[in-house]
Amino acid sequence: MWAEAIILTVITAATPLALAALGELVTERSGVLNLGVEGMMAVGAVTAFAVAVTTGSGAAGILAGAMAGAALSLIFAFLTITLATNQVATGLALTLFGLGISGVIGDGFVGISRPPLPQLEIPGLSDLPLVGRILFRQDAMVYLSIALTAGVWWFLSRSRQGLKLRAVGDSHASAHALGLNVMLTRYLAVMFGGACAGLGGAYLSLAYTPMWIDDMTAGRGWIALALVVFATWMPWRLLAGAYLFGAITILQFHAQGAGIGLPSQLMSSLPYLATIVALVLISGRGRLALRHTPLSLGKSFVPER
Amino acid sequence: MRLEVTRRAAPSKAMAFLSPVIAIALTVFAGLLIFAAAGLDPLRAVHLYFVSPFTSLYSLQEVLVKASPLVLIGVGLSLCFRANVWNIGAEGQYTLGAVCGGGVALAIGEGSPFLVLPCVIAAGILGGLAWAAIPALLKTVFRANEILTSLMLTYVALYLLDYLVRGPWRDPMGFNFPQSALFEPAATLPVLTSDGRLHLGVAFAVLAVAIAAVALPATLRGFSIRVAGSAPKAARFAGFSQSGTVLFVFLTSGALAGLAGVAEVTGTLQQLLPEISPGYGFTAIIVAFLGRLNPVGILFAGVVLSASYIGGEVAQLRLGLPVEVAMVFQGILLFFLLACDSLIHHRIAFRRAAPRTEARHVG
Amino acid sequence: MQPSVDPSSPSPPPLIETVALTKHFGSVTANDGIDIAVRAGEIHALLGENGAGKSTLVKMLFGVLQPTSGEIRWEGEPVILDSPAGAQALGIGMVFQHFSLFEALTVAENVAFALPDTMPLRQIAAEVREISESYGLPLDPHAPMHRLSVGERQRVEIVRCLMRQPKLIILDEPTSVLTPQETEGLFETLERLKREGRAVLYISHRLSEVKRLCDTATVLRQGRKVATCDPRQETPGSLARMMIGSEVREVKPAPAHELGPVRLSVDRLSWRKPEVQSVALRDVSLEVRGGEILGVAGVAGNGQEELFQALAGFFTSAPDAIRIDGRDVGKLDVNTRRRLGAAFVPEQRMGEAAVGELHLSENTFLSLHASEDLAPRGWLAMSRARAITRRVIERFDVRAGSADPLASTLSGGNLQKYVVGRELSRSPGVLVVNQPTWGVDAGAATMIRQALIDLAAAGSAVVVISQDLDEIYEVSDRIAAISHGRLSAARPVRELTVETLGLMMAGAESGEAAHAP
Repeated sequence: MWAEAIILTVITAATPLALAALGELVTERSGVLNLGVEGMMAVGAVTAFAVAVTTGSGAAGILAGAMAGAALSLIFAFLTITLATNQVATGLALTLFGLGISGVIGDGFVGISRPPLPQLEIPGLSDLPLVGRILFRQDAMVYLSIALTAGVWWFLSRSRQGLKLRAVGDSHASAHALGLNVMLTRYLAVMFGGACAGLGGAYLSLAYTPMWIDDMTAGRGWIALALVVFATWMPWRLLAGAYLFGAITILQFHAQGAGIGLPSQLMSSLPYLATIVALVLISGRGRLALRHTPLSLGKSFVPER
Repeated sequence: MRLEVTRRAAPSKAMAFLSPVIAIALTVFAGLLIFAAAGLDPLRAVHLYFVSPFTSLYSLQEVLVKASPLVLIGVGLSLCFRANVWNIGAEGQYTLGAVCGGGVALAIGEGSPFLVLPCVIAAGILGGLAWAAIPALLKTVFRANEILTSLMLTYVALYLLDYLVRGPWRDPMGFNFPQSALFEPAATLPVLTSDGRLHLGVAFAVLAVAIAAVALPATLRGFSIRVAGSAPKAARFAGFSQSGTVLFVFLTSGALAGLAGVAEVTGTLQQLLPEISPGYGFTAIIVAFLGRLNPVGILFAGVVLSASYIGGEVAQLRLGLPVEVAMVFQGILLFFLLACDSLIHHRIAFRRAAPRTEARHVG
Repeated sequence: MQPSVDPSSPSPPPLIETVALTKHFGSVTANDGIDIAVRAGEIHALLGENGAGKSTLVKMLFGVLQPTSGEIRWEGEPVILDSPAGAQALGIGMVFQHFSLFEALTVAENVAFALPDTMPLRQIAAEVREISESYGLPLDPHAPMHRLSVGERQRVEIVRCLMRQPKLIILDEPTSVLTPQETEGLFETLERLKREGRAVLYISHRLSEVKRLCDTATVLRQGRKVATCDPRQETPGSLARMMIGSEVREVKPAPAHELGPVRLSVDRLSWRKPEVQSVALRDVSLEVRGGEILGVAGVAGNGQEELFQALAGFFTSAPDAIRIDGRDVGKLDVNTRRRLGAAFVPEQRMGEAAVGELHLSENTFLSLHASEDLAPRGWLAMSRARAITRRVIERFDVRAGSADPLASTLSGGNLQKYVVGRELSRSPGVLVVNQPTWGVDAGAATMIRQALIDLAAAGSAVVVISQDLDEIYEVSDRIAAISHGRLSAARPVRELTVETLGLMMAGAESGEAAHAP
């Protein structure tokens, strides 16, 4: 039974990473590097919690989290896309701003708790032995994260709009010359990324630990950014990577539970160390990483007029 | 109306100078609006926040004390950013500086200050340098993204400090508080004023600014940093090793952050605590940009951002505002600064939006 | 409404016509009151030097840029072209000089952007195959773009354009990236388009091509139209006078001089860059003696950049693979090679040979800091750099707004004169130049070529890597061709016809195939 419990906690730890990273993947495939994921997650988390507590509705909280993330990303989009500011610096500013504002909003919500999101049971299937609870008794956002992965995969690799988005990320100058709307594409991609980061944050404050704590994102936004690189910009690999990192994150609880005598701080450092290892592994293999790397990633686009 | 941005033929000198001033003014204005929206007396709040730190000698000292780490780190980061190296893990390098310096201070104990203090400071510098060497080597050897690796190492550094002050380095006489023993006087930085707040760390900051201000424009190394950032291919053409530049700026900024860390714990705190920084390593990023990546500019920017810390504390006490408001203002300031900087290289025009049509026949 | 067309006139209005079309960029006037009319069924040349305003004009015709004032008429009616999509909807297609292609996508995906979203990719692939074959432009629709050669990329651009059945096709300097034989193939395609009743607007500065191919020519100079003429009635000389506005200065060949010993040699150099999109160098060998210029001809992307980087020492090779004045330099870096008397001019002017944000005197440090000892003990010797810069500006007549301007404020021709002049200021024993006059005006090009010839005449060994065959023939004593990273044997310029060189550029070993009947 404890294997099942571990898998369940892995899924819970992985879902916020998967959601945030998936959004960033789409943003980056359009050629924009948004380093503000951490800030957008934090704002998504606090907004979702505040709205859920105030209205009593988890669904309203989730929606509010996504909208808050998208709204915050709009600031980033305006600066980097319209004003062509440096994307790295603007992303850092967004993170500072988002972390700060989440603390301000969350000031009145510290110490309140609410029940976690309900699990959706699929009657009959959730009682199956072994896989029943894992596959068919999760909360809605776990299913959403998987559906979103499938959707993003389909959009990028099968749809014509996805082709256009990849073209914009590959060469904005060519895309512009061919009449594609570079600005609009990037605005939408950035806002999708913001909404997903907001969802990831909402999952933290509504399901993972159903309460608001300052700094509750604890670097997950940055890990999500690393996951995108680790997954070489491919959605299914990204989901797998998120589960891997989810597993590393929860390792610490189970190691402590099992009485392994390592300092808790070392265990807590594991996800960050694992991120570094993952980045090194993937970066050393240039050819593999290059295949889906958006060639205009991080570069500003100013059309001639 | 539609906003149109076009590239200028040559960067605007006036905007390069005015941009930080306008950004600060806009941030104060945004502060007025935010405080008013929160139902506070906006003028009083803005005064507390942005003016009060400069009104008494005591708080002015505080401003300088908090500005020193910002300036030290900011100078180092400006080298990185000029070379297009994104070290955003200065907070971790600062922490390692404090850990290594503090560790040596605890280990040596008593002795001649002329012997102990240099050892402590050197240990702090080396600690920051070593922590910065990790992402620098990962970047030059494996081409791993330094933004993410340096930031991840910050979390690891904070956990390391937390482990040490709660575990092996906890003061046995400290009633189980998570803190180290107080450092011996020989291992603390000399103070410069009678009430003892202003310590030698301020001099380090001024010295770092002076060295950078002289060396950056006048040495081949400074030249290679400038070229590496604006035109990497030109740097290769000039024969400047790319890895060499990355390592130099990373290690220098790590060393300066380490110095800031050891100066903070041996000067201001005089012991190791789980929290030794209000986010200096991150705020210094803003300091570097606000100071135009120019050493002298960074000196001024450090003072401005330091004042916002003090103002934040005052506002927290008097108005009951959460501390995070300071972070919000820092974010807003950087937003405005980046937007204004865009005007250095771009021209902005408002056009009446053309109706969206395919090629229209007119007439 | 039919404005400005005389109803009694029997001839139809031109397909496209501009009236007093003007475009300002800030204070610069790129196009000044241009009138041009292109009719269906003609190949119309747009002639002009670099910087004459050709690209600006066609970008306005394709909706990429908006005119400041003036009018564009399509089939007699005024139109506003506010986007490429709008221009395409009218029936205008364009093949850019700098291709608008996506490296990460396949040929069919690249073509898809010209077509309605509803057409499935499978159908697009089939049509690409069909059209490309019927126009003699063979292509594999499923090939990823980054594997394609420059010539194949141009085919993708043309096929993408043809898929929409355009009435007007604009080609911007299409032959600058082709071998002579590929150029012939392109001309056949264009003649066929003309027979189908389409109009072709053909931008070029190659006068012989224009004279052969085009029915009408409009000549631009410094943003103004100077003439519309029938190129077949003109001579290359008269066309050149219209373009340049004065008599063309000819490059003076070097006076007869003895060749010295071998100063630069490359012996069986092979190399492959770790990056994905890179051409390998395979078994490259060459020798250049003091007093001669070796021209390296080739189509873009065949290893020219790699050869330049190998010679400059941006990467290392076996010690004896490269020798300068008899010394093994394969393992030495660029500055050590410079100290041994070598100098290098890379292809990319801005961003490699010079930094836009730096003043010219600062740019002087880039390549001279080691060889001229401009940074003793690490401190920059500013006044000496300024003195060198002043001499270069004077000797090469670099026109600038101030005594020590930012590099970004110079025109392409003036910056190139500075870049070449900076290296020549050292009188290097060995000079390697990649694309010495790419994109510069005729006056600057002549001056630079003359300087290269004079340097060789004074006893230096010079390698000129260029895609411009006219330039290669003008300056070289011997010519080799580079193709897929292989360098042919060099042949004396007098014995080498353009046809043979074309075959060498296409990879035939020393052009033997040319001797076959």
